[in-house]
Parts: sequence; structure tokens; C-alpha cells
Amino acid sequence: MKKIVPWILPAVFAVWVLSTLHHPPETGFHTRDFGRLPVLLGGRVQPLDSVARNTLLQIRERQSVGNLSATAWLMETMMKPEAADKLNVFRIDNFELLNMLQLPETQKYYSFSQIQPHLDDLTREAQRANNVEDANRTAFQRQLLKLDNALEIYQRLQLSLCPPGTTDFAGQLAAYEQAIPAGVAAAQAQEAKKTYDQAALNRLLDFLSSYNDLSKYAYPLMVPPATGAKSRADWQNIGQNLMSVVHGNDLSPAVTDYAAMATAYNQNQPAAFNQALDDYRHWLGQWFVPEIRQGVQEFFFNQFEPFYKAMVIYVTAFLLAVIALLTFALAPKLSETLRRSAFWLVVLGGVIHTFGLVFRMWLEGRPPVTNLYSSAIFIGWGCVILGIILERVFAVGLGSAVASFAGFVTLVIAHNLSMDGDTMEMLRAVLDTNFWLATHVVVVTLGYASTFMAGLLGVTYVLLGLFTPLLKYKSGNLELGKVLAKMAYGIVCFAALFSFTGTVLGGIWADQSWGRFWGWDPKENGALLIVLWNAAILHARWGGMIRERGLMNMVIFGNIVTSWSWFGVNMLGIGLHSYGFMAAAFWWLLAFVLSQVALILLGMLPAGMWKSFRTPSGPASA
Amino acid sequence: MLLERLIKFFTSLRLTVVLLVLSLVLVFAGTLGEVHLGLYKAQTEFFRSFFIYWHPANATWKIPVFPGGYLLGAALLFNLIAAHTSRFKLTRDKIGLWIIHAGLILLILGQLTTDMFAVESQMHLRQGQMKNYSESDRLDELAISDVTDPKLETVVAIPERLLAKKGDIRNNQLPFVVRVKEFYANSLLSTNAAPGFARVNANSGLGAALWWQQVPRETAMDRRDVPSVLVEIVTPQDSLGTWLVSEWLEQPQTFTANGHTYQLQLRPERFYLPFSLRLLKFHHDVYEGTDIPKNFSSQLMLNRPDTGEHRQVLIYMNNPLRYDGRTFYQASFDRDNQGTVLQVVKNPGWLTPYLACILIATGMVVQFLSHLVPFLRRRKS
Repeated sequence: MKKIVPWILPAVFAVWVLSTLHHPPETGFHTRDFGRLPVLLGGRVQPLDSVARNTLLQIRERQSVGNLSATAWLMETMMKPEAADKLNVFRIDNFELLNMLQLPETQKYYSFSQIQPHLDDLTREAQRANNVEDANRTAFQRQLLKLDNALEIYQRLQLSLCPPGTTDFAGQLAAYEQAIPAGVAAAQAQEAKKTYDQAALNRLLDFLSSYNDLSKYAYPLMVPPATGAKSRADWQNIGQNLMSVVHGNDLSPAVTDYAAMATAYNQNQPAAFNQALDDYRHWLGQWFVPEIRQGVQEFFFNQFEPFYKAMVIYVTAFLLAVIALLTFALAPKLSETLRRSAFWLVVLGGVIHTFGLVFRMWLEGRPPVTNLYSSAIFIGWGCVILGIILERVFAVGLGSAVASFAGFVTLVIAHNLSMDGDTMEMLRAVLDTNFWLATHVVVVTLGYASTFMAGLLGVTYVLLGLFTPLLKYKSGNLELGKVLAKMAYGIVCFAALFSFTGTVLGGIWADQSWGRFWGWDPKENGALLIVLWNAAILHARWGGMIRERGLMNMVIFGNIVTSWSWFGVNMLGIGLHSYGFMAAAFWWLLAFVLSQVALILLGMLPAGMWKSFRTPSGPASA
Repeated sequence: MLLERLIKFFTSLRLTVVLLVLSLVLVFAGTLGEVHLGLYKAQTEFFRSFFIYWHPANATWKIPVFPGGYLLGAALLFNLIAAHTSRFKLTRDKIGLWIIHAGLILLILGQLTTDMFAVESQMHLRQGQMKNYSESDRLDELAISDVTDPKLETVVAIPERLLAKKGDIRNNQLPFVVRVKEFYANSLLSTNAAPGFARVNANSGLGAALWWQQVPRETAMDRRDVPSVLVEIVTPQDSLGTWLVSEWLEQPQTFTANGHTYQLQLRPERFYLPFSLRLLKFHHDVYEGTDIPKNFSSQLMLNRPDTGEHRQVLIYMNNPLRYDGRTFYQASFDRDNQGTVLQVVKNPGWLTPYLACILIATGMVVQFLSHLVPFLRRRKS
């Protein structure tokens, strides 16, 4: 019976994870099927659900609108714009901005209808802010530009499926097709200076002027390439397809089906909507199998939210591991049960994390790290794997605690980095090389991960040593303090290996792509700093210049060096590697650096002030 | 006694750690310096130097405040070699360390070679254009071409660093002395007396009707200095006149001396090649429905008269052309997509990092395995 206890919580979580895979069939509008439909945006085929989620992340910093799922919100926005305008989807935090728009400060999210009366002011001020150099913009200007961008995407979404003010798009489409022959004949006659039917021409021009807006501003390209098209990437937006009919091209079945969906949605007829949706999926199934598959797979990935689930599991594991550590001497049996439980939770979290990582790689057809977002996911993954290995080698709960903490924090960082939009964006020319992404980027990111991991062990050592007697407690015949030191040393060795090899590989990539092995670019310098620091730690230890506490203080400083290289250099805004300026992240970085400095100062307090070192050695435990 | 202590000092791990930490500080300071000084100037001051100097504003004296890249690199190298010759023994458990350190020495020496011998230049080609030279992206030269014979052009080029010293420049092929009277490393020109501009003290050529101004050196990565120079051409008999030459002036200026016609032009320094490249077509591919660049590529015709080689080559991102000891990279392009800019690098040490990387990675794996395996074995028993 007792053997089962540690498994209970991991089993509960495993059941939770598996249960989310099952969805009851949808009644009413088949929102999920609509969310699976493939479209082209940002140069890649993706499901409408991804368009909806990434847009919401950018404008609302959430993936849903209250009870409305992302796709349901997208349907409202694209097919019933007037109703969507009343939903509170724009997140505005800046008071100056709220004052300018004369909005109440009591809300967190605002609707388009609320903002609309002041749209002109906003556009004018945004243009002014746009002329200010990026680094010199005030918080107000930054928020203003962010909102301006959000409004632009929102309005473009509304012009992606049907013309504004249309309640019966299908009926309008039929009228348009009827108006074409007479309208075109009238236009040709006018051109040839013959008598022509002015009314027929005007009727056609009315249609065209509204479709012209669609063709110019639509956000995703929703019409798959015509069957005779040159390339599979040759998608059109609905407006472009509508306009091309005048020139004798066929109206795509995609447009007809989307129009039928829009009409049914407006008239609140789920059955008709689902029928049109099925028709469209059936038609897609004849020609666009890979695109459908892409949509379905990415939709599954979006719904499953592996990183969110891993995050929840890591938090729980961390709490258990901490309690296990704190009850190490007081209640050894309870502690051991909790430790095991924590370990298996970390393993479960790790499995889901790995699944997410691999699924993403498979979706993108890329190695794991392609941008800052994926680097956070991968650093977290590396830390978790290292932690699991440590826990297997030294079964004292420390590995689990550090792994779950690192996993949780990096996934939180990743979540915040995902606010910029599509995290599976296409790669710019130089980066479009799987070979170097798989070698240099992966290895150097593992270097970051292991340096952070060592630093985290250092933090654990200082906190446990100062505030608890645990470091002197024995697990087997080793004191916990010694165990931590061994762990940290081993990880620093790995960190030196990975960061050095990764940095040199980066140099070789640079030599391949712009002819310079080393150019003293800030990002290169950042990687070099990590190498130098790890080398300094190792040599200081080999030379006997530092012992346990010295080692720990040095590895904590490694956190500062690594965070500088990971985020700090991006804020300098120069060089070939910079990913853009991140003002808000600067304060987080500063806070992190200060916290690490504080920890190092604590770590330098005389041994007499450490709880672990002034109490007589604790009781031995198994 | 003293010798022993010296040996002990230079071979000590303590020195290694101190040097590593100093390097860390240097690299960090250098990175911050790059923001203010620009990549090139910061590199020269921090990394390609023996000392970093400090001086008060407008002072002529300066004092060294921190070791520079050359000094730290040399000290690390010396420390490493000294430690190996005196302290380390080639034993089984140290073999990994030996390999790592051999790789490091190779890497540092290789970078020193690169630093001393590598030449970087650029080749800008418009569609259909052919060139048999590349140009410096930072330095200029004063080209004096004898164009008397329309079939044969003889060029004497004076590099910028000689111009910067001012004074008289003589060359056997020139029947006159080039006297550099004023040198502005970065400058602006004006056709009228705008504020801040001074009259150019020239009496011949275009410069006689211009105003000029010296401006601070450029620090941004994407802009370059535009030098202007005032030169006097002096024959043994008398002065032929004073000209303004500047990269702002696109057309060469002509004068005659000794019955020969000469052209005078300040232009980017040229590096001639024994072959030519002609741009057939430049491609700028984007992802569908976006302006995110997918690839840049240049289709070129390579023509080499002395071997009769005549073939098409394709250069694109991450795929340079290595030919005749030089490497040609896709570096940039013209806004109208009708022209390409190739980076041309001649670097005799380009292979060293590859070898060093293999050595060091091998060494590290050997070293860590030789520790990890016994450790894990102990844990198991």
C-alpha cells in the first residue's frame, strides 16, 4: 500500500492530461472544425485557430475572450463584426493612453466600440510616435503603437472573410455573379465609346469597390491556390479572388463555402453553417490533404497546451520537493514519500514538455530553437533533463526541486515572450538553415541551460545553508552541502563543454555566412562571457582557490552572465544578432541581476551566520 | 630563488583565473563600448590593443587603465604554454586537458593570424556589370590615372593612411609631388556658405567653388566615413594647382603635367583579382504573402583569362564561393533588387577554428568521460 502513495498525485495529473484529449461532440456551430481550417499567414499554412490565438495574444494577452474560445471570437469578428466590436478585447494598461482615449480606468480590457470615437486622435499620435527612434520612445508611445498595431490587425481581420455590413454574403455573391456579364459588357462598351448600360456598370462597380477593400486589407490569405497554380504557396485572400472573377477567373469554391458559412452564422442557423463547413472540408480534402493535415495537427497542439500543463505540474512538483526537503529530518518517511512523488511529477512534466517540444519541431520541420520563445522552452527542457539525471544520481530531492523550478520559470518566460505573435514564424534568410540551427543553436542553448542549472544549485545552497540546518544533514554518507557542491561542479563541467563548443560552432557558422569567424558582435561576446566564466570557475576550483562556498557564489554569478547573454545583449540594439528592443524585459533583467547580487552577498556572510554551519551536525538519515 | 618564484607565478592557476576574469571584464566593457563607439572603433580600442587608455576630454596625454585584448590573449597563451612545459605531465588522465589546451593555442594563434593577415572587402555589382576588383568598405585611396593613351591606363593609388599623415608623397611613376595640405577623415561638402562650412582653399577643379566641413567619425554599423582631402600637385618647376578630392565628388578631375593627361579621384581602396565576376541575376525571395526574406542569391559568371575558366557560379545565404584563396559571401543588395553586394574575404587562417573546434570538443569529451565514468561506477558499487 505504501508503495502506491507516491504515485497517487502523478497518476491524478496523468489522468487530467489524458482527459483533455477527449472532447464531447459539439452542438450548435462546429467551432472546432472551423478552427482547424487551413489558411496562409506570415508565409506559412496554419489553422484559423492559430490566427485567432496569436492575434488575441497580441491584443489581449490571453488566448480567449471570457467564455468565448479564440476561434469563436474569430468567427464573431470575421462574420459579425458589429457584434464583435462590443467585446472587450483590447488590453490597455497605460493611464496616459486611457486618458487620451477618454476611457474609464476601471476596466482592464476595452471594446472596439469604446475606442472608435477617438480613432483619429489615436492614429495621429501613433504616426508621431512612429517617427521617434525606437530606443527614445516613452512608455506611453510604446503602448500607443502597440494598441495601434492591435487595432490594425483587428480591423484587417474584419475585412478578411466578408465585406463590412453584409448579413447575407452568400446572397450578395449570387447577385455579384449575376451582375458581372452585364457590367463587364457595359465597361467594354464604355471603353469603346459606344452606348452602354450605366446602371449595370454602377451595380458592378459598387461590388468591386467593397471587394477592393477586402483585397487590400485582408489579414490571412483564406483561398487556397487554384488547381492550376504554379506553387502550393500561391494563396489568395477572398477579396483578390472576388476581384479576379471579373477578368474571367473562376470563383474559388472556398469563397462560396465561406460565404455560405457567413450567411448561416449571421442568421443563426447552425445546421446550415455546419453543412457549408463540411462542404468546404470535403472540397479541400480533394486537393489539399497536406494543408488540412497541417491545420488539424497544429489545432491539436493549440488545444492540448502541453507547455501550460507542464507548468502546472512543475509548480506542484516544486512544492512537494520543497516540503520533502524541509521535512528531511523531522519526518523522514513523509519526506521520502513526497520526494518520490515530486520526482515522478517532474518526470511526468518532463514527458509532456518533451512532447510539446518535439511536436513543435515536427510541425515546423525545424530544430528546437528558432527564436527567443523557443530558446526559453528549450532551456527549460535542458534544465529539467539535467535535474532528473541529478535526482537519479543523488536521490535527495534537490534535483527535482531545481528541475521543477527551472521548468516552471522558463515556461513562464516563454509564455510572456509569446505575446509578440506567431511563435512559429518563418525564419529570415540567414537563419534558414537547419544544419546550423541543429548544431550551434542547440549546443549553445544547452550551454545556457546548464550554466543556469549550476546557478540554481548555487542559490539552493545559499538559501538552505543560511536559513536551514539542512546542508549538514546526511543522505547516505554524504552531507547535503557536499552533494550540492558535487552537482554544481559536474554541471559547470557540462556548461563549459556546451558553451565553448556552441560558441565555436557559432563562429564557424559566421565564417560560413559572412566570412568572419569572430566579429566581436555583442551576441558573440555574450556567449564568450559564459565560456570565460565557466573556465574561470573550473580553474579556480582546480587551483584550490575556492571551496564549496566560493564555488557556489561563482555559479550564482554565472546566472548574471547568462541572463546578460540571453536577454541583455538584445537590448543593446546593435550588431547582426539583435532580435529587437525589449523595454519591459529590461526591468525584469535588472531585478534578476540585483537578486543574484543579493544572493552572492548573502553567500559571502561568515560561516558563523549560516544556520547549517553553526548548529551541530544534524541526525543522520537514510 | 627569484627565477623559481617567477616560474611559479607564470605557471600558476591563480594567474589563469585572474586573466580569465580580466578577460570577462574586458569583453563586457568592450560590448558596452560598441554601443557608443561603434563596432569597429570599440574593437580597435578594446580588443586589438595592449592597453585601454583613459584621458580627460581634450587632453593630449593618456594613461593605461586596463589591459587590452592583445595583452590578455598573449598572457593567457604564455601562462598556458608555461604551465604545460613546467607543470603538466602527459599522463593518461590528463590527455583530455592536453588536447583541449592544444586546441586553444591553435585557436588563439589562428585568430592572431586572421587579425594580422585577413583582408575584408566588398564587391558591388549591378545587374550585367563585370568587375575584376573588390573595394574596401572603410578605407579610400587617391587614384592618379595617366589616361594619355586611350588604350592603356596607368594608375598610381595612394592609400588613405598615407594621405592622413599629410605632407609630400613621391612616386617614381609620377613626374610630380603630391602634397597633402588638409585631410578630413569624415566630411560634408556644400555649394554655399552654410553654417559650419568653410571655404575650400582650392584654386583648381570643382573644389574651388565649394565649402567643406569636418565632422565626427561615423560609429553606426551601416554608415561609413566620407573623407575629403586638399592636395597640391607640385612639379620641380612650380605648383600646378590645389584640388579638392572627395568621395562626395563622383567624377574624376583632369589636369595635365609633362605633356601627359592625368585624372584625380578619391575612391574606395581597390583590391584587384586575377579573374572577373559578372552579375547575371540577383534574386530576393520572400515568403508568400509577407515581406519576410527567404533567401538572397546572386547568379554570377566567373571569367579567368589566364586559365580560360568561364563558368556560372551561384552564391546564396550560408553558401559562399571559395575561390583562389578568397571567399565571396552574399552580404547585401540594392533596394531595387537590381544589384548585389558581395563580401570578399581573404583569410589564410580560416581553417584554424575548424581544427581547433574539433580538438577542443574531443578533449573535453575525453576529459569529462574519464571523470564521469569512474564516478558513476563508484556510485553504483
